[in-house]
Order: sequence, then C-alpha cells, then structure tokens
Amino acid sequence: MGTLLDIKNIETYYGLIYAIRGASLTVEEGTVTAILGNNGAGKSTILKTVMGLIEDQPDKGAIEYMGRRIDGMDTEDIVQLGISYVPEGREVFEELSVRENLLMGAYTRKDKLGVEGDLERMYEYFPVLRERETQWAGTLSGGEQQMLAIARGLMTRPRLLLLDEPSLGLSPILVKEIFKIIRTINDEGVTILLVEQNARMALNVSQAGLILENGRFVMKGKSEDLKEDKDVKEFYMGVRSEASLKGYQRWKRKKAWR
Amino acid sequence: MIDFLQIIVSGIAVGSSYALMGLAMVIIYKTTEVPNFVQGEMALISVFLAFMIINSYGAPVYVAFPCALAFAAVLGGFLEFAVLRRAKEPNILSLIVITMGLEMVLMGIVSWKFGADAKTMPFPISPYDSVALGEIFISGLELLTMLTALVLMIAIFLFYRFSKLGVAMKATQQNKVAARLMGIRTNRINLLTWGMSSVVGCVAGLLISPVVMDPYMMWDPMLKGFTAAVVGGMTSLPGSVVGAYIVGVIEHLFGAYVSIEFKSVVAFAIIVLVLCIKPSGLFTRHYVKKV
Repeated sequence: MGTLLDIKNIETYYGLIYAIRGASLTVEEGTVTAILGNNGAGKSTILKTVMGLIEDQPDKGAIEYMGRRIDGMDTEDIVQLGISYVPEGREVFEELSVRENLLMGAYTRKDKLGVEGDLERMYEYFPVLRERETQWAGTLSGGEQQMLAIARGLMTRPRLLLLDEPSLGLSPILVKEIFKIIRTINDEGVTILLVEQNARMALNVSQAGLILENGRFVMKGKSEDLKEDKDVKEFYMGVRSEASLKGYQRWKRKKAWR
Repeated sequence: MIDFLQIIVSGIAVGSSYALMGLAMVIIYKTTEVPNFVQGEMALISVFLAFMIINSYGAPVYVAFPCALAFAAVLGGFLEFAVLRRAKEPNILSLIVITMGLEMVLMGIVSWKFGADAKTMPFPISPYDSVALGEIFISGLELLTMLTALVLMIAIFLFYRFSKLGVAMKATQQNKVAARLMGIRTNRINLLTWGMSSVVGCVAGLLISPVVMDPYMMWDPMLKGFTAAVVGGMTSLPGSVVGAYIVGVIEHLFGAYVSIEFKSVVAFAIIVLVLCIKPSGLFTRHYVKKV
C-alpha cells in the first residue's frame, strides 16, 4: 500500500484570509485519515484546496495524487482522476429526484451496467434512499440528505473519498449510522480522508489522525495514540482530566504545543 | 359564439410564437439564471442572415433556414463565452444591463447592415391563406407556428426529463459547485444552453418574419415571451407555454371587446397582476430552501 495523496506544505488564501499556513499530510492507500480541529481551523479549506475549488490556490506548496501533481488542475479533471468530495452541508441537487442525484454522481462514467450495479449497491447501503427514489432531494431530512450526498460521492467510484463533516447537524443515532457506513466503505477498499469536529467518533473510525489549529497541523499520529493523548482528550473530546475531589478542575490546562 | 372561438384560436396562435420566445428565455434562466433580454435580437440577426442568404445568394428556403438555425446556435454560444462568462460574480441587475446592452448592439448591427425599413421574407407558407376548421379560420402560418411550438415544447420537455445532459443542466442551475464536483463541466453546459435557447428563439423569429420583418420585429414578441415566462414562473417550461397562451388569448379578447389601441399593453398589466397575486409564478413548484 503506497501513499495515495501527498500534500506538501501548502499555503492557501481564502479571499484575503491566510487560511492554511503550511500544512503537509499524507494519506496511505486503504486507510481512514481524520483531520480534527475547531471551527475556522481550516479543515474544509484543505479539502477544497485539494479539489481545486478555490481559484488560483494553493498559493505555495504542492499536492500529489498517485505521484502526479494535481494542484492547479480543474475540479472536473480532479474528479475524473478518482477523487470524490462530499461537501460540508450536503449540497444535494434539491430539485432533482434522489435517483437523478445519484446518476449525476456517475455523470462522467460510460459503463451503464456498472452504474446500475452501483446504484443498487447504494440502495443497499442506504435503504432509505430506495424508499425515496423518486422524491425531490430537497424534501429529504438532513440525515437522509447526508446519506444521499455520500452515496452520490461514491457513485463516481472514487479511490479516495474526501468527507467534509459528515456528522454536521445530525442526531447521535444518525451519526453512529453514518460512521458505521464510513467503516463499511473503507472495508470495501476506498481510502477516506475525513474532516470532523466529532473527535471521538472520528478517531474511532480512523487509523491516523491529525490536529489542525489556525491553519497548521499541531499533532499527528496513530488514532489510538491520539485518543490517549491528554491534550486531545481535554480539548477535543471534552474529557476533564485530574478533577479535584469536589469535581472541578482548579487550573486551566495549557496545550503542549503552544 | 363563433366570433368568440375565432378570437380564442387566434389568441392561441399568436401565443404560440410568444411561447417559443418564452421557452427560449426559460431555457437560459433555468440553467444560468440570466434574464436574457438579448434573446429577441439573437433571433433577429439570425433571421436577417437567412434573408440575406435567400436574397443575395438565391438559396432556397430549406437551405437558408438551417443555416440560420446553425448560426443562431453558434451566436448563442459565442455570446455566453465572450461576454457572460467574463462577468465575475454578477448580480441580477448587472446581468440585465449586460443583456440589454448586447440587445442594443445587435439591433444596431442589423439596422446598420440591412436598413431600418420593412422587408418581406420569402416564405413557402403564406400568412394570408386560411385553412377552415369548421367555421373557424386559421392561416397556414398560424397553424404551422402552433404545431412547431407544440413539437418543440414536447421535445424540450423530454430532453430535460430524460436525457443525461438535460438533467445535468438542471443540476448546474441548482448547485454549480456540486455539479462541478460530479465532473460536470459547467462552463460547457452554459455554452450549450445558450446555443440551444438561441435556436429555439430563432425558430420563433423565422415564424414571425413572414408577417413583420424589420429591426424591431422581435422586440414585442420577446417582451410578450418574457411576460409568459414570468407568468409561468421563469423556471417552468410548461408554465411558460401556458403563460404564453394566456397572454395571447387575453390580448386578443381585450383587443376585440375593449380597446384595440391598448391591446399590446395588456401583457404588462398581466405581469403586474401575476406579480401581485403569486410572485413566484403560476406554475412553479419551486422548492423553498429550509434554513
């Protein structure tokens, strides 16, 4: 298993904002890699930069996919290479039916039989989509739309799937379900780069994790190690360490990387 | 009673050419969200090209008209590529100004090249020979217009419903970023949309040309087509056609029973009325985004 995606020290301006200040990461084929971070840390910006959605960015650095530079390429071409991006906030085609949404995912594919097969597979992953097949996507609930967005992303048959906050705005049960599906997808051989705020879930499903703060990665490691890390526990999983007998912490913990 | 029926039928016949213009505008608005006021003049210039081919080169109609349609497709694509794509994140007002400006440029070119006087388009079907349907008379040209509108409408409807490209056009309008993420080349989609719409407009222009033909011939049909599109809700193809029939019939009824002078003003009264009563148009089932 080699390196699928290699981001080398990229810097990205989002309008006038200096959003990514030199970030590097590698995604190994067949794994789930999670990027954690607070609001505004730049998590989504990294994914958008990879997809070429931000014009003329990255400003510096390089992005390589399977040993080939993809920074500066058109989004449409990047998609053709086998990278699929499920955007934050779902972004389904609201006035197309669920089926049409999925077929749009397979827009660039020519193999009709394969598309039909994949459609069936998506309905197996997400049975609720089969029930809603002819309904307008805009009339689905938030969770169903998220499932549709993931299924649509998979319809391109990607090697690498970029998931941007799949748990956003979903109930805890749905979040569990989504993460179960993420694991299934990964088991079937799709490499996943996951951006999440829900650190606990993300670290459970991933093998490698990175923590992004103010446009820089401040920590990298195996997910098991990160889960045990005191700083991560305190700041990203909300576990209070060393509470006093009365149940409150008397001093404020400082991050080790500051 | 026969009188009344006659008026209705003539109204529908006139409405058919409005319907074609309305369809053309809806096609563009549906995909690119541009209120296209240059629609009429794109057709105008293509019609005059057909006229030129017939008059100067002595080509028959069945050669000249396809040439005009092909030219219309290229012109539509060219305007999108050369002008509208260059507008960076335009708002609706700037789009209106851009298309209005183009409209004046094209109309200027036509008046400069061909002169502002009226011409006669040699057309195989005369607008003055009538066919009798029972006791109602309808001219051959009107009949042709009605049939063409009907066929084109069905074809376009099927295209948007069942073809991959048609669905991709709808997808592009609904969410451009997501469409690009599916690998849909949205720029190309916009180009094709403009070409297609321009062809539909050109058909309308060719069907109007035997009756009137001067540089201002498309102005009125375009505004009526726009009215029809607004009545139908700007994004609904059947809506714009029904809207066009409504405009045509009301216009004729008003002309016959109230006042012939104010006949063509009625359309704009209809716009005002529709916008007061149901601003989203009579036939939309637009999904309103829940926030």
